[in-house]
Amino acid sequence: MEKRVVFQNKFLPYLLIAPQIAITVIFFFWPASQAVVQSVLREDAFGISSRFVGMDNFIALFEDEYYLHSFKVTALFSILVTVLGLSISLLLASMADRVIRGATAYKTILIWPYAVAPAVAGALWNFIFMPGQGVLAWVFVQMGIDWNFLLDGDQAMGVVVVAATWKQISYNFLFFLAGLQSIPKSLIEAAAIDGASPTRRFWTIVFPLLSPTLFFLVVVNIVYAFFETFGIIHSLTRGGPAKATEILVYKVWYDGFEAQDLGGSAAQSVILMVIVIALTVVQFRYIERKVHY
Amino acid sequence: MIERRPIADAVGHATLLLAMLIVAFPIYLAIIAASHTIQDLSSFPMPLLPGAELFKNTAQALFEGPQIAGVARATPALLLMLNSLIMAVSIAVGKIIISLLSAFAIVYFRFPLKNFFFWMIFITLMLPVEVRIIPTYKIVADLGLLDTYTGLVLPLIASATATFLFRQFFMTVPDELVEAARIDGAGPMRFFWDVLVPLTRTSIAAMFVIQFIYGWNQYLWPLLIASDNRYQTIVLAIGRLVRSTDAFYEWPVIMGMAVLALLPPVLVVVLMQRWFIKGLVETEK
Repeated sequence: MEKRVVFQNKFLPYLLIAPQIAITVIFFFWPASQAVVQSVLREDAFGISSRFVGMDNFIALFEDEYYLHSFKVTALFSILVTVLGLSISLLLASMADRVIRGATAYKTILIWPYAVAPAVAGALWNFIFMPGQGVLAWVFVQMGIDWNFLLDGDQAMGVVVVAATWKQISYNFLFFLAGLQSIPKSLIEAAAIDGASPTRRFWTIVFPLLSPTLFFLVVVNIVYAFFETFGIIHSLTRGGPAKATEILVYKVWYDGFEAQDLGGSAAQSVILMVIVIALTVVQFRYIERKVHY
Repeated sequence: MIERRPIADAVGHATLLLAMLIVAFPIYLAIIAASHTIQDLSSFPMPLLPGAELFKNTAQALFEGPQIAGVARATPALLLMLNSLIMAVSIAVGKIIISLLSAFAIVYFRFPLKNFFFWMIFITLMLPVEVRIIPTYKIVADLGLLDTYTGLVLPLIASATATFLFRQFFMTVPDELVEAARIDGAGPMRFFWDVLVPLTRTSIAAMFVIQFIYGWNQYLWPLLIASDNRYQTIVLAIGRLVRSTDAFYEWPVIMGMAVLALLPPVLVVVLMQRWFIKGLVETEK
């Protein structure tokens, strides 16, 4: 798309776009290319010289059981967050779409968590689940569960999933509600006149019309679980216990900064880059299709 | 609604009310925790009704910070919040200015390499800080920007989403406005400031809300850049405190801090709800 009427100036447009491009090159492209370069090098023990090692860092990575473990943890974590978050928000959005009265009040409260930082969300849920202290910890103890998410890997996963889902419900809810409200009422009325029950109407009319929103949200939620939950993991479990909640982004930070394994961390960066690129391509291809509807 | 179903309506309201309670519960509990002494909080289960110490604990969080043995000097939340504010506002304003300018260049001029630049900006979407973490840190370190506000803000102010949003909006501005401005003898920058920017103000407000929250809630980046306590943000301080060994004795103060940390962005979202939803929906187009 181009404007019919434009301004004539040889230098001004470059000047206008320069700040954005400068930051993009210095802080995005250069570091990203450095990560790629770094991923095929290995530094000696003193960090003085480095030599080319080809794919060795990547091979080492995929032979490292902790890395494969981290992949599995991330997959489980993102599936749980996506499925839980989407089903809860869809339920709430269809309720809000139905009741009309008071919908604004519900919306106002339900969008709070979006504004809460992941690390602060971690702190809040930590306080609720804290062994020997938190309210839900007390409930679990009454139920006879040996509760200590700082020692039990499955419980730790449960806690980070709850915190991450809680934060993401607002976002999903708003998009589902917007999607529901854009469905023409006449379609639903026609189905009702033909005698379709509300459940039937939901599955045969509402749900299919909502599927673009749903697919979009699936991608957004996976991206969220992969890349935006570092604060939750860092403040709640530090990737533990015994790496039970060490998602890929946490590991790339930990290996690079705490363990000082530059080559390994750079190789992990490159793999993450491939994942983001794939997810972005899926998202944009899909959005293009939505335009043709 | 199509048919009257009082029971279904009641179920709907009940579900939403329950969801509201669950969603608000962690925040409620943090306020309760901040209103008790540590002795009260030590009972298991902890009290669920407010105590009398809210003012005292919040004041301690604001002006002194939690006193934890082994942590040399606590940073008062007031300073932390000031850092967060500086970071959030600079990021939001920076992103808006830079994106307005580049969107203006892309839409209102024809110049060689335009598409190339456009794609460069697009690709930044695929390079979140998490995937280039060490090299970006290195560059900031080489530029001598560790423990500075510039280091906290500058690398985060390039924004493909804001540029796209403004580009999209500029495309809908009628060409007649440019022609009228030209006939009146206005140059491109005059047109930009006096016509285009005022027309864009709702999109700018929407963008500000989204980016303010983004900036305030940053965690990984300040964790790398702000090793000096003076440049810590409040969100970073909370994340560090939660798992520190003796945090237990200062829970009321720490939870008071957590409430202070979530208050500004929550207020922005609630008070500017219209722009927030607009921003959220538009950035995803």
